Parts: sequence; structure tokens; C-alpha cells
Amino acid sequence: MYIIEMRNITKEFPGIIANDDITLQLKKGEIHALLGENGAGKSTLMSVLFGLYKPEKGDIYANGEKVNITGPGDANKLGIGMVHQHFKLVHNFSVLENIILGVETTSHGVLRMNEAREKVLALSKKYDFEIDIDEEVRHITVGMQQRVEILKMLYRDNEILIFDEPTAVLTPQEIEALMQTMQDMAAEGKSILFITHKLDEIKQVADRCSVLRKGKLIGTVDVADTTKEELSEMMVGRKVMLSLDKEKAKVGDTILEVKGLTQRGKGEKNALTDISFQAKAGEILCIAGIEGNGQTDLVYALSGLRPIEAGRVFLNGADITKAKIRKRGELGMAHIPEDRHKHGLVLDYTLGYNLILQKFYTKRFQRGGFLRMKTIREFAEKLIARFDIRSGQGPITPARSMSGGNQQKIIIAREIERDTDLLIAVQPTRGLDVGAIEYIHRQLLAQRDAGKAVLMISLELEEVMNVSDRILVMYEGEIVADVNPKDVTFQELGLYMSGAKRMTTGEGKTA
Amino acid sequence: MNRDGVFNFISSILVLIAGLIIGFIILLISDASQAWPAFRTILTFGVGSARGMGDVLLQATPIIFTGLSVAFAFKTGLFNIGATGQFTFGAFVAIYIGIEFVFIPPWLRIIIMIVAAAIAGALWGAIPGLLKAYRNVHEVITCIMTNYIGMFAVNYMIINLGIFDQGRATTLPLPDSSNLPSLGMDRVFTEQIGNFTRYSNVNLGIVLAIVAAILVYIILEKTTFGYGLKACGFNSDAAKYAGISEKNKIVTSMVICGALAGIGGALTFMSGTGLSLRADNVLAPEGFMGISVAFLGLNNPIGVIFAGTLVSYLFLGGNRIQALGFSFEIMEIVVAVIIYFCAFVFLMKTFLAGKIKIGKSKKQQDIPQHDAAKEEEETE
Repeated sequence: MYIIEMRNITKEFPGIIANDDITLQLKKGEIHALLGENGAGKSTLMSVLFGLYKPEKGDIYANGEKVNITGPGDANKLGIGMVHQHFKLVHNFSVLENIILGVETTSHGVLRMNEAREKVLALSKKYDFEIDIDEEVRHITVGMQQRVEILKMLYRDNEILIFDEPTAVLTPQEIEALMQTMQDMAAEGKSILFITHKLDEIKQVADRCSVLRKGKLIGTVDVADTTKEELSEMMVGRKVMLSLDKEKAKVGDTILEVKGLTQRGKGEKNALTDISFQAKAGEILCIAGIEGNGQTDLVYALSGLRPIEAGRVFLNGADITKAKIRKRGELGMAHIPEDRHKHGLVLDYTLGYNLILQKFYTKRFQRGGFLRMKTIREFAEKLIARFDIRSGQGPITPARSMSGGNQQKIIIAREIERDTDLLIAVQPTRGLDVGAIEYIHRQLLAQRDAGKAVLMISLELEEVMNVSDRILVMYEGEIVADVNPKDVTFQELGLYMSGAKRMTTGEGKTA
Repeated sequence: MNRDGVFNFISSILVLIAGLIIGFIILLISDASQAWPAFRTILTFGVGSARGMGDVLLQATPIIFTGLSVAFAFKTGLFNIGATGQFTFGAFVAIYIGIEFVFIPPWLRIIIMIVAAAIAGALWGAIPGLLKAYRNVHEVITCIMTNYIGMFAVNYMIINLGIFDQGRATTLPLPDSSNLPSLGMDRVFTEQIGNFTRYSNVNLGIVLAIVAAILVYIILEKTTFGYGLKACGFNSDAAKYAGISEKNKIVTSMVICGALAGIGGALTFMSGTGLSLRADNVLAPEGFMGISVAFLGLNNPIGVIFAGTLVSYLFLGGNRIQALGFSFEIMEIVVAVIIYFCAFVFLMKTFLAGKIKIGKSKKQQDIPQHDAAKEEEETE
């Protein structure tokens, strides 16, 4: 008997089958991973479970009885709760207020918080959450916010907990804690559906794993009997190289030099303090750190999105401290931005138009002020083929209608095609699946091997260790370590990232 | 027509129908016995005679220009509520030249009047543009201020620069040689009343309006300039990231908007209908109607031609219902309600799109059309 069983679910959209005869069986007390690439049909399946979509075929059973879920309300009644990838919290409410929102206990229309407070405190203690329940949500860390979401489910006595890519936003230590919490909850008898791309996490906590590919269930396996390589092959449909085979870096001349870069922050603290480093041709230099430790400020300063207050930046020996963004590009800087929707793409433009974002004014793409439509189309078709960008209508596909992974590929294609000496890649694989990540890492490596300097900013330790030739760790706007990935362990990096350890100044600045 | 085009068209028609129904209800409340004839007049006057049609085109000219002005600004992410001031400034400069510079040969004079009006409007539009670009002052605030400044400044100049007609409190009438040629269109758009033939005043203006709309379309869709402009309008962060100077685009965009509104101002008073620029403290309504026209035309330059014609059509018909005993204000309310409803066209479009697309968009996000696309590429 299964606590929830989705039997033979088929959900079609015009022209496409999003879920094709999928059967998903969740046992009581297990952690069940749901693995699949972007667009494999995971979200559709969860939407069916929440009653947001009505499937064409198939039924849902709870504890062996057939149930009819027509909306999130029904799902709630069955004890199904979900932590979304993007949290659904009210930022200026306290932790406690967020937790009870929607199920407030009242008497005569007046809030009665005492009972709720006790219950939340008890839950928080039971799972060792160390959370101040009267703090406003906007003042607590992302990791804590996720705990609020978990508490919301526990407060509602949900028995079936769905986690949608919960670790994407967490630090290694927070991930560790979350894994522990999930195991604790499973031990309590809660059943957990864990949606993820990350094979390590599945190996660590999941009991069973169901793999989806292109709308079909490829199989449900016992995690203990399956290797990571097998899992990724099931997911992508071909063998995937999980660790990059890379040759030794042939380090060349200095391409980017940063000297004493200092930027004011929002509060009293500096956003960046005396940042100095060099990125050399033929190496991938990686900046590691927990989100919000100055990486964004650093990238804004380097790329020209924000003026530099103190310090200097040189690109190929030319002082670009005050150069305009377009000038920096022309001098040899390409930039894969952190936020692809904010900076990377004009979503209302077509794929083709997005590919010429920094080049539309060049001779190649215009004649007498008029865009050369044919050249643009041919250029786009070439990049679409070379970078395997999947889209409905080729160059004229609206960027908005494309999947996240393919949107990211537009940016990767555009920036790599610029063929500049320096490529700044900020979280280039954020939110992408294994296949796409592998692809992007290979592209970065190819740039390195072609003698370019690659500066990568990443929050994912795995990626940092896997891809980089040298690692700088940022903590509170300073560079606290400069290490070789071969000489450092995950734990050690974690300590640098959390500020628990730092190299002496001399050590940090040489090399 | 593509899918989006179909949506646009259907939504425009639906909001128009909704507006007409509410307008009719207001007529019923106001005077039930005359409501139906009045409603019929509004709907049919414009097509009642060839002259009516000509007049619709004549009256459409200024609001097509102000509509283009507003629509163009929207594409850059700006709200040009200052078309009124730009319109008035352009009108004044054209009239001044038309009256004072009669020694210039007529055809050259007409060209100079239009060009000068464009420049005057452009300068007036540049002020909010510069303030927005370099001082980050919101353009709506400065546009409203420049509207009033423009109106009072023009009043002052009309009175003090020797082109004031004290009897009518307007500018002096333009000499006929300063009016736009009719290109023979007045002979086409006529109305026979007994033995008497009445001619429409339709003239070159409507042709210029259509040409302007096509030019705006080409600028926006086919040029590098339009590419950068729209990139700023759609996503200014991405434009900045790509090194497109937003400041530059804001100023140029407002200059073009101003020029369009300024030309509209000039053409309005070069029609030989006896209409003169008034020296009173009222903002020119054509500027604000430009906003409705732009919305109704979904900020598409070609859409603006049709929207301008429609609004002009409704107002001309509306004017006639005063003969049935409705007051001027009721007429304005009815027509305004219809136009107001038209402003919901975006809402209607979103609603329609939402109804039909729920499944579709989900499909696109969730399952990019892998299979077919991939297989094609692989076989290549």
C-alpha cells in the first residue's frame, strides 16, 4: 500500500504529451527522489498532484483509495505540502505569522497566537531548527527562510512533503542540515518527494528514485543499488561525464588585473574591500563564496554595470576603470550575467535578436542604419546549430517562450561567439540539469584551452572544484583565500566561505 | 495575420462593443426617447456621406500624430503625457510663420511651417527627455509641467507677437496660401444637399499622417536605432548590460515624439476650416486623445492610423447628437466612455490570451519541443 500513488497519469498539451503514462508510488516514510532534466515533465506531474491540471488519463490513490483532487485545497486536505523553489513568504511578516498564514487560530475574529506559538516552538525544537520565530522574514537568511517553509508544512500536519529543488540556494553547511532534517522527518514517518538534479544528494538521502525523461517514466530504482553514472544516464539518455577530463592549464599572460578595488555597500560595511587579483590566459579562475558576499558587486564593477569608486581594473594592459560597457566589450570582455532575465535577455525580442544584443550596430549586422535581417537570420541559425539551442521556430522564436536551459544557451552562445580574451561567467549553470551543465562546462573549458581567461563566479562547490584551475574565496567583500582545487578539500573551502578561516594577507595576495 | 495579431484585433473589437453598450445606456438614462436616434447618429454619421468620411480623415490627422507620439514613447518605456505641450508649441510656430512670412513662396512656406513645427515640438519634448536621462526626474511629472508652461508661454506669445485676433481671442486666421493643399480630395469627399454641394476640408494632412506612421514603423522595426530603442523599452537592465546608452535613447525618443506631436499641431491649423489656436487657459485635448489613440492602436504605428480614425469618427458623430437635444457634455461622456473602454484592450487581450493559452504556455515552458527539433538537427 502506498500513501500516494499516481497511476498511469497521462497529461497532454496541444501537440505534446507532457506526462505519458507515468506511475509514481510513494511509500510511507520514504524519501523518494524525482529526477529529470528541465522539461522532463516533473512540474507537470506535481501540478497534477496538486490538482492544477486535470490529467487525460490516470488516477490518484491515497492509502489505496481513489481520490479526486481538483485543486490545491483538496491536496492540502490529503496532507500534501510543498516547498517551492522560490519561497512563498510574506517578507514583512514574522516567521510565526508566515507559518500560520491561512490557518490562523482566532476567537471572535481576534488572532490567538499562543497555541500556535507553542506548536511552532515545539516543532522547531524537535527538528533542531534554531529559528527566532519573531524575527521578520526579510531579516533572516535564505536557509532560515526555507526552514520557515518546512515549518509551514509541519504546522499543517502535512504527511506528504514535496521539496522542489531545495538545495539550489543553500550553502554546503545548510545543505547538510537540510539533508539531516529530511532524514529525521522520514524517520518520523513523513513521506518525502524530493525533486532535484543533484545526484550526490539523491545518493545521500533518497531511498528510491524515479527518473523522468521527455514525459516518460524511465524507471524507479533503489538508490542503494544504482550508481550516479547510471542515474545520469537514465536521466539524459546517454552517458554523461560527471567529472571533466581536463588537461593541465597552459597559463599565459595576464588578461585581467584588478588592483585595490573597493566599493561602498548599502550599510556601513563596504561591499568590496581592497580586492586585488589577476586572471591569466588559459586558466579558469573561480570565485567561490556564499551568495551575497560581494560577488555581484565585483561583477558589476568589472563589467561596468556599476561605476568603480576606488581601485583600478586593467584588461590586456589597458586601464578600463572608467570605460563604458560597450568599450569594455570591444576591448575583449564578454559576460554571462548572473540573472538571465534581468540582464541577459530581452525576453520580448526573438532568439535571433537576442543573439546580436551587443553587435547589432556593427557593420556586419547593419547597412546605413538598417538591420540586415538576412544576415541576422543566418547568424542565428549558425549559432542555433552550433550550440544546439532548441526552440519552436528557430531565429524568430520569442525568447520568452523558451525553456530556462535554452534561454541560458542563447546567452552562452552569444558570449562565447564574441570570442573575447576574457569571459566572465556568473553562475552559468544555475538551475540547469546535468546534461546542460556538462555542456556549459565543456564550453568554458574549450575557451580556456583556446587561450582565453575565464573568470567564473559560482555558488556551487562541486562546480568550483570540478571546473576551476584556481579558486579565490570571497567572504564579506574580501578575498580570504587563493587556493588550488587540488590542494583543498570541500570542508576547508566551506570554512573559508563561512568566514571561519582565512589565509594570511600575504598568502592571499600572491600566487 | 499571426496569432498575436488575431488576439489584438479581436480584443479591440470586443472592448469597442462593450464601450458602445455602456455609451448607449448613458444615452438611455439621459433621454430615453432620443437615445436610439442619437446612438444611430454616432454610429452612422461618418459613413453617411462622402463628406462625412472626408471630415473623419481630417479630424483624425492631429490625433494620429499625437497617437504616434505617445506610442513611440511607449516603445522606449516612456509615457509621453506631454504631447499636448509639444502639439501647442508646434502649432504656434507654424501659425506664426504662416502669418508673418508670407513673402516666402507658398509651397516652400508650407514645408518650412511643418519643419519648424517639428523642431519646436522636438525641443519641447527634449526637456522632459533630458531631465529623465540626466537627472532621473520622472517624465510624467515634467511632461505635465511642460504642458502648462507651453500653454501659457504660447498664450503670451500669441498676444504679444502681433498675431492676436482680439475679437475671437485666438490667433489671426492663416492666409489661404499657408493652408495645406487638398490634392483634389475635396472633390471626392462631397455631400449633395439639394442643389448645393458641400465639400470636405480633407487635405494633405491625412497623407502625411499615414506616411509618418509608416516611417515610425520602419524606424522601430527595421533600423538599428529602433532595435536599441525597443531594447531599452522592453528591458532597460539588459540594454544597459549590452552597452546600449539608455540616456541617449531616452532623449532621442522624446525628441522624435515631440516632433511628431509638433507636426500634428501644425497640420491641425493648416486645414482652412477657420480653426485658430486659442489663447485661453485650456490644454489642447488632442495631446491627451493621443494617449487613447495609442492604447487603442496597441502602440503599433499602423494600429494608430485605425485607432485615430475610429476616435475621430465617434467624435464627429457625437457632435451631431446635440441637434437631438443632448448637451455637449453628454456627448463627450458617451464618446469618452467608448474610448475609455477601448483602453481596456490590453486587459481584454491578456484575458483572452489567458483563457486560451494556459495549456499552451505551460507546454512551452515545461516541454520545449525537443524531439522534433532535436531529430531534425541530428539528421542534418
